[in-house]
Amino acid sequence: MMRFFVTVLMALRALRRNTMRSILTALGIIIGVGAVIAMVSIGNGAKAQVQNAIAGLGDNLIIVSPQSLNTGGVRGGAGTGVTLVPADADAIVADLQIGSNKVMSVSPYIGGGGFQVLANGLNWRPASLLGVGPDWPDIRSWRVADGNFFSEEDVKSAAKVAVLGKTTADTLFPEGNAIGQMIRIGSIPFKVIGLMDTKGFNNNQDQDDVVMLPYTSHMKRLTRRTNVSSIYVKARNEDVVDRVKQDLTDLLTQRRNGVIDFQVQDQAEIAALRNQATTTMTYLLGAIAGVSLLVGGIGIMNIMLVSVTERTREIGIRLALGAHGKDVLTQFLIEAILLSSMGGLLGVALGIGGSTIAGKYAGWAVEPSTSAMVIAVAFSSMVGVFFGFYPARKAASMDPIEALRYE
Amino acid sequence: MAPVVQIKDLHKIYDSGEIPVHAVRGVSLEIHRGEFLALMGSSGSGKSTLMNMLGALDRPTRGEYFLDGTDVSKLDKNDLADIRNQKLGFVFQGFNLLSRTTALENVELPLLYSKKRLSNKEMKERAMHCLDIVGLSKRSDHMPNQLSGGQQQRVAIARALVNEPQVLLADEPTGNLDSKTSIEVMGVFQKLNEQGITIVMVTHELDIAHYCKRDLILRDGVVVRDELVKDRSIAERELQRLAEAEAKAKLIGSPIPSA
Repeated sequence: MMRFFVTVLMALRALRRNTMRSILTALGIIIGVGAVIAMVSIGNGAKAQVQNAIAGLGDNLIIVSPQSLNTGGVRGGAGTGVTLVPADADAIVADLQIGSNKVMSVSPYIGGGGFQVLANGLNWRPASLLGVGPDWPDIRSWRVADGNFFSEEDVKSAAKVAVLGKTTADTLFPEGNAIGQMIRIGSIPFKVIGLMDTKGFNNNQDQDDVVMLPYTSHMKRLTRRTNVSSIYVKARNEDVVDRVKQDLTDLLTQRRNGVIDFQVQDQAEIAALRNQATTTMTYLLGAIAGVSLLVGGIGIMNIMLVSVTERTREIGIRLALGAHGKDVLTQFLIEAILLSSMGGLLGVALGIGGSTIAGKYAGWAVEPSTSAMVIAVAFSSMVGVFFGFYPARKAASMDPIEALRYE
Repeated sequence: MAPVVQIKDLHKIYDSGEIPVHAVRGVSLEIHRGEFLALMGSSGSGKSTLMNMLGALDRPTRGEYFLDGTDVSKLDKNDLADIRNQKLGFVFQGFNLLSRTTALENVELPLLYSKKRLSNKEMKERAMHCLDIVGLSKRSDHMPNQLSGGQQQRVAIARALVNEPQVLLADEPTGNLDSKTSIEVMGVFQKLNEQGITIVMVTHELDIAHYCKRDLILRDGVVVRDELVKDRSIAERELQRLAEAEAKAKLIGSPIPSA
């Protein structure tokens, strides 16, 4: 043990003797580990955001969306189809809400943004302009702060009424007298009948920067579309979610005479789908990490080989004075491991620092992963063992007479 | 008393080239405690090969070698390393100190590989003691490049002494030194020998061999002469003579005449 400790000290001394070279040698590992830690931190942050966003949708939520559209062999993303219509939502209400009482609320949903809203002599482009049904506040667990949400009647008559989110209301009506005022979307006037409570940010998007209209008004007066983006269904409780999904599938399949051009997903599935992208990214990162550590390891092996040749005489002296091959092997192996594991530690520091700065600058959520750090340092030490072994064995197997004669 | 080194019909044949080279052809030798042996011979005479075998750095092809009662010719690599560490001390022509390592740490080096576990404090004390023997205790924290050649060789001698070896082996220890420093180093050896340390020294300088007690000459791998040194030089006396000569030169030396 004592002998081992002395060997570690000798290795440290040898590294300190060539500080600059040691740092440059470890640089490959430092950058590799740093990049991995930074990427994992940012990836984790993104994952957490996605999960928060999905959890924030509401409880026991099921979303029916059109299946992706295939155009000339090109598969669009989920929801690119145009097959869901308000009548589907009506059928769900009739069959599952009133009929079997498994469903609490149903609302068609039309997403979108990019509309200019004028009011009070000001103009503003809210982040989203939604067309939804009267059950929307219940589905999203979102309280109306002031006034009322639109009613079934407003939907039936495609009334020109709107409910504003906090941010939009504050922007357009700084004095706070929004209720009863008129806003214009394009050239069409809508009357503000309600204000929503603050919902906050989700997935980096201000959920309060929103204008909500009855979906019928959105379709008939604004966009002249006949389909809806999706239908949100809230199950009565957690236990019936699977049952409701099955019923929804059956009902909609029947309505389409057996053609399935829609998909039914609950929050867990949506979360899984979104996580898939993150998981793919994680694998890619792992591959990059592997390559960079390999390159770093080759750098270490290269320098260790140079070092062994350069210190042939030193090795000869040590062997002549009674060092066993094992002692020399340990000494050089420890040097390699110290190089790589210190590189790993510095890399972790670099990764945390880098991702924090990048997160601040770019506004990304950053979540450093302890397990990634531990794995990175452990793996880089293993790289040291692997790539340090060959040079170390070369040193250990030297003949003392030859080594002493080396110039 | 049993001889500390006992060699019987030692042979070494190098087989690496096309023609096998028979470097040592049957050397038998006994060295007793307290001897001071000079090993002489021209290059190619086999003296370096013999020295490597004596130093347990190389194994003989044939023959027996007993060092302090142990049959060295049959040991494996690690046991040879332990023999070198415990029973032998090495002094090389090129000093072979570790660069950028202080004199004290250089002297400690054999202790690090010693089977006997010593505490850091004990190691330091023993290394300091050995530096004291060679008169360099004040320079213990100097790096080799801050020391003169003679001082470096004295550090090397201290390193050779630190494990209290049975035999001190010196391979042309004065080869890289000027004549005065050579005499100083020989003085250190003579002092150590007087204290009972057995020394075997390879040299090709006849005047250096004169400081030893016994002179062995090798030619073509065999011992051609083995005799006691007559009119042995004493380093102390030689140095004194040198100092007197220098002083005299300064006294007579006239200033450069002005034009």
